[in-house]
Formats: sequence, structure tokens, C-alpha cells
Amino acid sequence: MASPNLGIKEHSHGGDLPVSKLDVHGSFDLNDFPKPNGREEEWRFTPLRRLRGLHDGRDIADGVVTVDIKAPDGVTVETVGRDDARLGTSFLPTDRVSALAYATFATATVVTVPKDVQADAPVFVTTTGVEQGDAYGHIVVRAERHSSATVVLEYTGSSVYADNVEFIVEDGARLNVISLQDWERDAVQVSHHYARVGRDARFKSFVITLGGDLVRLSPKVAYTGPGGDAELHGLYFTGPGQHHEHRSLIDHNVSKTRSRVEYKGALSGEGAHAVWIGDVIIGEGTEGTDSYELNRNLALTDGTRVDSVPNLEIFTGEVEGAGHASASGRLDDIHLFYLQSRGIPADEARRLVLRGYFAELINRIEVPELRERIMEEVEEKLALHE
Amino acid sequence: MTKFEIRGLRADVLIGADERQEILKGVDLTINSGETHAIMGPNGSGKSTLAYAIAGHPKYEITGGDVLLDGESVLEMSVDERARAGMFLAMQYPVEVPGVSMSNFLRSAVTAVRGEAPKLRAFSKELQGAMSGLSIESSFAARGVNEGFSGGEKKRHEILQLELLKPKVAILDETDSGLDVDALKVVSEGVNRARATGEVGVMLITHYTRILNYVKPDFVHVFAAGRIAESGGPELADVLEADGYERFVKAGA
Repeated sequence: MASPNLGIKEHSHGGDLPVSKLDVHGSFDLNDFPKPNGREEEWRFTPLRRLRGLHDGRDIADGVVTVDIKAPDGVTVETVGRDDARLGTSFLPTDRVSALAYATFATATVVTVPKDVQADAPVFVTTTGVEQGDAYGHIVVRAERHSSATVVLEYTGSSVYADNVEFIVEDGARLNVISLQDWERDAVQVSHHYARVGRDARFKSFVITLGGDLVRLSPKVAYTGPGGDAELHGLYFTGPGQHHEHRSLIDHNVSKTRSRVEYKGALSGEGAHAVWIGDVIIGEGTEGTDSYELNRNLALTDGTRVDSVPNLEIFTGEVEGAGHASASGRLDDIHLFYLQSRGIPADEARRLVLRGYFAELINRIEVPELRERIMEEVEEKLALHE
Repeated sequence: MTKFEIRGLRADVLIGADERQEILKGVDLTINSGETHAIMGPNGSGKSTLAYAIAGHPKYEITGGDVLLDGESVLEMSVDERARAGMFLAMQYPVEVPGVSMSNFLRSAVTAVRGEAPKLRAFSKELQGAMSGLSIESSFAARGVNEGFSGGEKKRHEILQLELLKPKVAILDETDSGLDVDALKVVSEGVNRARATGEVGVMLITHYTRILNYVKPDFVHVFAAGRIAESGGPELADVLEADGYERFVKAGA
């Protein structure tokens, strides 16, 4: 099925215009994406054999997931079929798994926050893998003009799962998204978040990845008007043998837009592998872009591996700010020294600094019960070291 | 009555895996409780190294001499043991520890140094009192340790810790640097409250004489080229104010 490609402005890189390496063309047709062999730039960090066929499109769909919804008054949540006109209007799949997921899902979830509505409680969309096997989903979240809401996407259970999530943040709206990948240890997930941020709209995303065997999540942001603001926060705790991969792309295709990307992770145990790719494009002819991205990784043991790659491509001279930072290492000696110099014993200083590393990001989540639950799970993973 | 003795102390700064440089070249100094010793000297003379080496900073290694607190060598102790034995270092550049709240940090420190956890209500009263004495807004207790604090706010919090931890020896490393006059007064008052107990010996490291107008030293030492070059009473500070450090820089070179 190829949905009408509404609202997508095709990039025309004709003539002598510079062409970005990061600027991937999209398609709804699975056949437009050759089966990856692992040498492609966008697949080279992913252990393909652990995708359990998601990348070659075996499309057996023998897995079962359930989707549970909890929504406050004023926000509508619907389960719809593939032919619903509201699906697929805001994006084009940018890789083979994204195209496969869009070609295969059976039902989709549509969350609508109507114009001017300020939702007073979060919307929860919980996807649970109940029968291990491949399964596909689709979610659309539309925050209409001047509305405001928080949406929590939660993934639990066991599955080989791929989905696309569309976030449409209309002019003046505010949308907070928390995506919690809390799978059982054997699950595999490949997800794409496609956000379109309107004029003076604000999109804030928290991606928290704790579970699974392999999770690969690609949040992409583009703007549809000036004054748009996107903040992407991420936290991952990658244990022995786990692969957690986060690939953000911010396309500053419109003037006067702002973005912040801050992903922090910790790794522990043999074979723990975390990948962070942070792509930022500041488009031709735009002015006043303000962008910064940061990735930090904390290796708690030997045997872990981090790949951290910021990419910044600028096609204009009129930039307000653009920068990136990436740091990976051990617990900071100087933090420990400071706490110890106040009498706090080494063990306790280590505990405090480690918890602080996670709490700093978790504390920004504006849903208290989620904050506590995530901190508890982090504590459980930390307890394995202490 | 506490006696703090630095004897023939030599220390290297560790620059890289195989690179090091000797900074302290035999420092001798004795501080009794109730006394305030100003250590003054030009930039790069090793004043801060002296402070950090005594506290056990991982970037410095002691190569000779000894540091004794009431006759017991602190060099055998871990960093936290030194603090629990009664040593305190107010740092020139206090460290930001993201995600650890100031109140949690202070309660952990007070618990460790006093040997038992203070009653929650009594501690929160004590903390509020000490904070208001230093004109620190109570909202700071909920913030991460030094996180996003201005230079002046960090220095106030160092003195807050001094007042809460009640050490036997306090080393204040350029606590006055970067403060405006109002902040300098507030911080000096805090130091003077701690001194008024008569139970703390203070080593006040400074580049400028300005803070000595508020915190009156009993002794002034000139630090140059990794050792104490000259010692005297408060009047020595006036000489330095008038003549600068030139004489010592030349002598040390």
C-alpha cells in the first residue's frame, strides 16, 4: 500500500546544490530499499543476524502484541484499520524496516489532542508482546493547534517488533513524549519516530531504553514553521549482551528553529553495545538555527563497546548556534574525590555519583510514577554491580 | 587543642601516564587550632597544589615529607578518612556533581563526619540556619551539587560545608577569588563564625590581600617556587600589597 504523500516537500537537489549524505530519501515501497548486508553506513553498527529477519522482510507476522490505552478526558484514542486517511500523512519510511512495518501492520492507534485542549493527565499507549514472533504496529499522535499533552509509549513483553510513530505537533502546540523500551530480555525492536514540529510548537521526547536483546530506535524531527523547538532526551542502560542503538536526525529545514539532543547511557557487562548517531542538518537558505547535541557514556565494567557519532552538516552561513559533544569513559575521579573530601566513604560516593548520573535525566520526566519506576529499574540493574 | 604539621612536604603533579613534575619542594608549616595562617604567593607558585596534595587529590602524588594531625600521619589515610579525621578543603573550583541533590550530599557528609545520621528535622533546621547565614536561598538544597551555580554561589556552598562539618583544620583555597565585595563579606563572616569557636586552625590561601581585611590572619607566609619563602605577622601582607611578589619570583626562579 502506498499512502498519499501529503505534506511532504520533496527535496530537490538539482544543479550545483550541495547534497547532504544524511538526507535520506524515503519511500513506502519496500522494494526501494535493498536488503542490507551490514556494510551500509546506516546498518554497519547493527548486528543484522540478531534482527531475526526484520531487515529482510520475511513478513510471517507470527507474533502477537496487545495494545492497551489509557487516556484522560478530552483526548481521543482510536484503533483504526489500514485504510484510515490519517495514517502515513506526515512521513516517508527512510529505511527497509520502516517500510516493512508500514506495509505490514494490521491496526493502528490514532491519538488526537483537539485544538486548545490542555490534557491534565498523560495518555498511555502500552504495547505488550504476548507471543514471541514478528509483529508490526503504527501510531499517530496529533497535537492540534495550541493543545498540550503528554504521551507515554511503553513497550513490554517479548516480541520481534517494528513500528513507525508519527508525531504531528501543530502550530503553538506542546507535545511531551516518553518512550519506554522495557522489553523482556529476548525481544527485538526497530522503531522510527517521525516528528513534524509546527510554528512556535514545542516537541519534547524522552527515550528510555532498558530492555530487549536488540533495540534500534530512530527519532527524526523536521519543522513545518519558524519558532519550532525540539528537545530529544535519551537514557539507556545496556547490560551484558544487549545492543541499544539510537539514531536521531534533526532536519532544520526551516529558519528560526531550535533543537537540543542529549542522550546519556551506561554500559555494563561483557558484550554490552551502545550506539548513538546524532545527525543534524541545517538547511540551505535557513537562518537563525540554534542546535546542540550531546552524548555521554559511562562504562561500568570491561568488555563493553560504545559507538558515538555526531554528524553536523551546515548549508548556510546564518546559524545562531550549532555544536556537539561526545564523551565516553569511566566514573569521574574528580566527582568521587569531591564527595570523599567531605568524609563520604568511597563506596557510598560511587553509589551517589552513579545514581546522580541517571537521576539528572530521569528527574526531567514530568510523570512522577514513571520517574519512580524507571529509577527502580535502574537501581535493579545497578545492584548487579554492588 | 589540635596541632596540624606539614613537614618537608614534597609532591609531584601527575600530567600524563609517564609525565610528572615536582611542584612542592619541601614545605614546613605548623598550624594550631585557633590560629589563622595566610599563605600568599604568585600564580604558579604551588599554593593550590599544597592544598590538593594534603587533601589527597588523585592528580598529585606526595614524594617526601609528612603531614600530621595531632601526631598522626594523614598520608596513610584515604581521602574520606582524612575528612573524618577533621580535615577540610574549600576548593578554588568546587566540582559539579549532576543529579546528586545538595541536601542529600550534605546529609551524607554530615552523617559520615559525625559518625551518626542527624535527626531529619534537627538537620533540616540546622541546614536552613546555616544557609540563611550565608544568604543562600533555600531552593538550592534541592539542586544538584554545584550544578549550574555561579562562582560566588559555589564559594558560599564551600563555606556552608565548612560550617556544617566543623573540621579541626580548614584549608581555604582562594575562596576569595572571583567574589564581588558583598559576596566576599558574606563568605568572610562565615569563615569568622567557624573561627570564633577557637577550635579550628585555618590555612587561608590567597593571591590578594583583600580578604585579609575581613579575615584577620595571625601569621602570613609567602609561598614561592614550591616552598615557604618568608614568614611573618599580618604586617607582611601590607609589604606584599605595596611591593608585590616580584622579589620572590626572582628569588625562586
